[in-house]
Amino acid sequence: MNRLSLLPGGRSLATLGAVILGSIALTLVGCKKEVSGGAGAAPGSEPIRVGEYASLHGSEATFGQSSHNGTVIAVEEINAAGGVLGRKIELITDDNQSKSGESATIVKKFISRDKVVAVLGEVASGRSLEAAPICQTNHIPMVSPSSTNPDVTATGDYIFRVCFTDPFQGRLLAEFARKSLKATKVALLTDVASAYSAGLAKYFREPFEKNGGQVVIEQKYTGKDKDFRAQLTAIKAANVSAIVVPGYYTEVGLIVAQARQLGINVPIFGGDGWEAPELIEIAGAQNLENTFYSTHFSPEVKNPLIEKFVAAYKTKFGQVPDAMAALGYDSAVVLFDAIQRAGSTEGPKIRDALAATKDYPCLTGKTTLDAERNATKSAVIITVKDGKFKYLETVEP
Amino acid sequence: MTELLQQVINGLSLGAIYALIALGYTMVYGVLRFINFAHSDVFMLGAFTAFYSSRALGRWGFAGGGFLGGLLVLVISMAACAVIGVLIERLAYRPLRKRSTLTVLITAIGVSLFLQNGGQMVFGVNPKAFPNIFPSQTFKLGGLVINSNQLVVLGVALALLSALHWIVQRTRIGTAMRAVSFNATAASLVGIDTNRIISFTFGLGSALAGAGGVLYGMNYPSIEPLMGNSPGLKAFIAAVLGGIGSLPGAALGGMVLGFVETGVSGTRWSTYRDAVAFAILIGILLFRPAGLLGRNRIEKV
Repeated sequence: MNRLSLLPGGRSLATLGAVILGSIALTLVGCKKEVSGGAGAAPGSEPIRVGEYASLHGSEATFGQSSHNGTVIAVEEINAAGGVLGRKIELITDDNQSKSGESATIVKKFISRDKVVAVLGEVASGRSLEAAPICQTNHIPMVSPSSTNPDVTATGDYIFRVCFTDPFQGRLLAEFARKSLKATKVALLTDVASAYSAGLAKYFREPFEKNGGQVVIEQKYTGKDKDFRAQLTAIKAANVSAIVVPGYYTEVGLIVAQARQLGINVPIFGGDGWEAPELIEIAGAQNLENTFYSTHFSPEVKNPLIEKFVAAYKTKFGQVPDAMAALGYDSAVVLFDAIQRAGSTEGPKIRDALAATKDYPCLTGKTTLDAERNATKSAVIITVKDGKFKYLETVEP
Repeated sequence: MTELLQQVINGLSLGAIYALIALGYTMVYGVLRFINFAHSDVFMLGAFTAFYSSRALGRWGFAGGGFLGGLLVLVISMAACAVIGVLIERLAYRPLRKRSTLTVLITAIGVSLFLQNGGQMVFGVNPKAFPNIFPSQTFKLGGLVINSNQLVVLGVALALLSALHWIVQRTRIGTAMRAVSFNATAASLVGIDTNRIISFTFGLGSALAGAGGVLYGMNYPSIEPLMGNSPGLKAFIAAVLGGIGSLPGAALGGMVLGFVETGVSGTRWSTYRDAVAFAILIGILLFRPAGLLGRNRIEKV
């Protein structure tokens, strides 16, 4: 009885043991393969790992994809030119699907498992704010390509960005509204669920009101909302001469379409969150007449660096790069330059080199990282004409 | 005054869509006593069916954007959703018919996740621009602005509501539905094929959800696989608000919710929109636990 019951038990135990041993062996083989791959190249020249977390899917996917594509081009260029410190760059990309909560997990994984030397990311300020404290505590430098909210770099001295900030963008939009649009009374329509939108609204309001403008009405919505007619009806009743929508293109497209349907024909303008070809698809080309947004880069600007990038981007991805692609590229080249100057892949040394970045020629203008680890650079205003984005003017800081 | 009237129009077109989705929840609850959480994803599939079928129709040279073309797209979506609804019931819920309601409820959540993630795989996760399936035109009455899409939404919703009322109250199968809802065992004793009736109910409810998806896409032309979540939740609230299990209740609840949402969104407190909606729900449930038009049912223990 005893033996009988023991026997099958013993057997299944043996099977289990075999399975475990097998999987350990498999893992070992897997590990070995990876190690030998690294050792196959000359000793001490295994690639430098850089982690990139990005919104490759979900609501800000258009931004995330562009930014990622730009980064990929930068990595390919540097590797073709022999890499950094004589070592190739290995880019490890992970997708947070535009969801909150994912970025923190991804960056933890980058640091603990992939042993990256630096982190690149991300386009949305809210998600950069999730990852930044983790990079800061682990002393891993993080360079954000296009998070414009000031809080991102305020997290700590390991967090940098290569784009301008919302206070600058807000001031610029306020100036644009007063000077170019001659608007005195405007309405604000803000996404309260987004750090980017709420921040930009605030930084627009202050200089605008100081220059004699007036925000007559401020209405709010929450990201992923689809119906804005109620807010727009209230705005229409307030009789404004322009509407500021500092949001992302998914909602902006619907807002512009619904505003035009309600017979609101005043100029509508916003920040770099507007820039995506989907904006035209969602809003409809004729609804977008008389709309404007500020952004970092226009492929129409004449400059050899930009022309080279546009050509490389077109051959690889078959489309014209947008501002996010340019910033994705810039974030990577600024980081590579810093690693090269640091002469080391240790976090603190890269950090110091990044902080010393001065007048580095980027696609989005000469980049100097200031004491707040922000970039000071020029901006461009884009308008929509006949369903196409058109470059209007460049604004210096 | 104009602003108020305009908000009423906005509220009507939003409420009509909530009402259509709420009907599906309430019908399934009526016959099976459980909440079909996959309903909001059938709604999403309705919008995507319209997206692809209107493209296909355009490619085959069928005049896209015409009124008849729009109706055809609507009918195709409703039919596809009816089939999907029946399939979901047949494959996921029927095998669990004799199990506890909780088991079926969890399965419904599973089906919902399956459809959402499957949708992300098949359709892609990025928002798509919904085509203009009906000719779009804007009418101005004094200061009031009405878009033809809003009128189509109201018209289609009203037509479907009356059709549903007629089916449930005047046809043999409707009588059978009511009998099953009243007492499934007794209904089967008098010779009603309850499985067939339940299938039919799922088909009917899902067709309404499909129509809701198409109308939603027309009004808010950006669709993605997770688009069902928010309106689905709102419609569920509407169904409970109106009295779950009651068809006029679901329609009324949808309208109430549409009005409350637009009413709050148009003021300075727009961010409290959902909070107000839920507060009203809690208030009504406190004073009328069965909802606005629901009947208190005495459960024998």
